[in-house]
Amino acid sequence: MPKLTFSSILLAGALLAPAGVFAQATPIGDAEAGAQVYQRECASCHQIGEGALHRIGPHLNRIFDRRAGSYEEFRYSEALSRQGRDGLRWDLARLHAYIENPRALVSGTRMAYRGLRDEKRRADLIAYIRAYSDQPQNIPEASPTALRAEVELSEETLAIEGDAEFGAFLSAECTTCHQRSGDHAGIPGIVGWPQEDFVVAMHAYKQELRPHAVMQSVAQRLDEEEIAALAAYFENLGN
Amino acid sequence: MKLDRRAFLGTATAATATLAAPAVMGSARPHVVVIGGGSGGATAARYIASGAEGAIDVTLIEPSRMYYTCYFSNLYMGGFWDFDNLGHDYGNVALLGVNIIHDWAIGVDRDAKTVTLASGPSLSYDKLVVAPGIDFVDDAVPGWDVSKQSLMPHAYKSGTQAQLLKHQIENMREGGTYCMVAPPNPYRCPPGPYERISMVAHVLSERNPTAKILIVDPKENFSKQGLFEEGWARHYPGMVERIGPDFGGDRVEVRPDDMEVIIDGQTQNVDVCNVIPAQKAGKIAELAGLTNDAGWAPVMPADMRSRMDEDVFVLGDASHQGAMPKSGFSANSQATVVANVIRGELTGSRIFPARYSNTCWSLIATNDGVKVGAAYEPGEDQIESVSSFISQTGEDAELRRQTYEESIGWYNGIVDDIFG
Ligand SMILES: Cc1cc2nc3c(=O)[nH]c(=O)nc-3n(C[C@H](O)[C@H](O)[C@H](O)COP(=O)(O)OP(=O)(O)OC[C@H]3O[C@@H](n4cnc5c(N)ncnc54)[C@H](O)[C@@H]3O)c2cc1C
Ligand code: HEC
Ligand code: HEC
Repeated sequence: MPKLTFSSILLAGALLAPAGVFAQATPIGDAEAGAQVYQRECASCHQIGEGALHRIGPHLNRIFDRRAGSYEEFRYSEALSRQGRDGLRWDLARLHAYIENPRALVSGTRMAYRGLRDEKRRADLIAYIRAYSDQPQNIPEASPTALRAEVELSEETLAIEGDAEFGAFLSAECTTCHQRSGDHAGIPGIVGWPQEDFVVAMHAYKQELRPHAVMQSVAQRLDEEEIAALAAYFENLGN
Repeated sequence: MKLDRRAFLGTATAATATLAAPAVMGSARPHVVVIGGGSGGATAARYIASGAEGAIDVTLIEPSRMYYTCYFSNLYMGGFWDFDNLGHDYGNVALLGVNIIHDWAIGVDRDAKTVTLASGPSLSYDKLVVAPGIDFVDDAVPGWDVSKQSLMPHAYKSGTQAQLLKHQIENMREGGTYCMVAPPNPYRCPPGPYERISMVAHVLSERNPTAKILIVDPKENFSKQGLFEEGWARHYPGMVERIGPDFGGDRVEVRPDDMEVIIDGQTQNVDVCNVIPAQKAGKIAELAGLTNDAGWAPVMPADMRSRMDEDVFVLGDASHQGAMPKSGFSANSQATVVANVIRGELTGSRIFPARYSNTCWSLIATNDGVKVGAAYEPGEDQIESVSSFISQTGEDAELRRQTYEESIGWYNGIVDDIFG
């Protein structure tokens, strides 16, 4: 089974910590090593540095702490724009999550990139990109330290066999907004998704990696069994 | 937008339904009667029938052939939604195996376990679901009763009142006054009156910009107040005035024949008057002996079971359950819990612990949508809120537009869930 993990941050803790405490935080990663990772993994689609232009993807200057999907003149997917409007910002945690598995954070993203699992290489890469953001010293330092409190969506969580009958009961809450038929206008469709994508997306809301108050509230009171049950139910609803 | 349930099946529902219920278990099949085919009742009927796959006979009693949603009727008044798109028939509910009788329930004999219909016959039940929505409290606003509803419309129940009120607003004299007599708590759709104010202000600021809006309100404060007041100041500066209880908003009477409103003894002439009286559970709940002194039907938080009778469930606006607002979303949410429990008790299918939720969107002006919502769980004595969220003042225009678009997504979702 392909492993679809993604890192996330215990956000509440990070936000509550007083700002000054992390001033001497550890560096994000090794920017020099990151330059090579960037060349291999990203350069085919993204430019960075002086005079960088939008290519297949937007240029990545000043990406840190920027609202997702907000470079002028780049045509983003509706999914990424929507999350930007919901309040998704490219802080360290979200960049990690997006680069690790783009579709876990933004299901409908057009970034056709399989993701970078290796945490160390990802950290180096992000350290490299960060040097091209304005005044990196001003970026809140809470995130790098908070990374140590990382929780993973474990193999076990992903392996839970969803109880589709239970899922059918729980789904009543969802179908008030998400149409059973899969039709959508204003609210995305969630029918017929592979279970793993569904599970990962729900945990991303639960852990507040994905913005959106309604979905965060919906997801937060679901435990992992329940998320698995919903994933099992909705996967087969389309058929 | 997809709203395609214009199927004419609705007119042939009774016949379709009897055929649709397969006769697998003969007369031994348990019978559930649902009174009221609104957001709560229609959801319950359909979830019981479709889940039980023929093991339960379900009869839905509802006088109207078309259900016009109150939700989005304000948007209709503001010119953002077509009246026809508010209407939904019961064709698909019947196809799922619900036997639909278009009639009024006029009595319930809980000892004999029967429901009497206005046309004469009685139906017996094993479990009864009562979801009649609201009725108005008599004499809540002195001078007003339903016989005056064409002079001073309430437009607070499903049907043609919304059209009448819209017509009156659009034809109001230049510089005239639209007055709303707002209801005391509890009432259906807490932000509803204030969303209506927003929509009326939208229409007037385009057609009749010197007109005034007066809210006479018995409540100290109201749902999403900060968001509404911010929006009114931004989009309709100087148009909306609200008189709260500190200035007599709770001491109001009306003279419909003279178009007068008397606030704390002072007479005001108005041009359109929208009276939304105090509310109570739909009459049949009271006739069935299910209501308390306040006029609502108390229920158990775990499953919406009546506190008066273990074979009766009351859901939606008529129920007295705790923290959930009276909304279409809540009624739908409660109905799915009731359906799960009734199926379980009658057929032995699995019963899961209840969970409830609600979100209410409101439109303040073009593309300026806001929302408030919460998740709920059964507590010891009543349903309690476990987490909540609300739009913030000062949000940017893009997010507000997206919130509005979400509300359209929700509308399509919920009517599909109930009538699709
Ligand atoms: C202006 C306005 C805006 C609103 N906006 C929203 C919104 O945005 N979101 C939201 O969630 N909610 C909204 N609501 C609230 C929502 O309409 C109600 O809360 C919801 O309809 C309640 O559902 P119900 O099933 O309890 O009652 P209803 O939907 O009112 O259904 C009751 C049904 O019972 C039938 N009935 C009554 N008595 C009998 C009898 N004796 N025999 C047989 N049938 C009977 C009636 O004909 C009716 O069809 C709004 C309401 C208003 C007025
Ligand atoms: C195959 C091309 C491709 C590759 C490879 C790729 N990207 Fe992207 N990237 C895109 C596209 C296209 C978008 C816009 C996505 C959308 O609109 O959903 C994007 C968006 C982004 C964004 C969000 C930009 C914004 O304005 O919100 C970031 C950050 C990003 N990519 C980083 C990376 C990094 C880091 C790598 C290397 C690990 C990478 N991408 C590899 C194509 C690619
Ligand atoms: C009140 C309305 C509402 C309810 C109820 C609701 N959702 Fe959502 N859901 C939304 C909205 C709006 C979005 C888009 C959020 C965003 O912009 O990230 C969404 C997004 C999602 C997504 C991600 C879709 C994508 O394309 O990225 C999933 C998965 C999802 N919801 C599952 C569920 C499940 C499962 C439930 C029930 C347990 C549920 N939702 C209940 C409104 C709702």
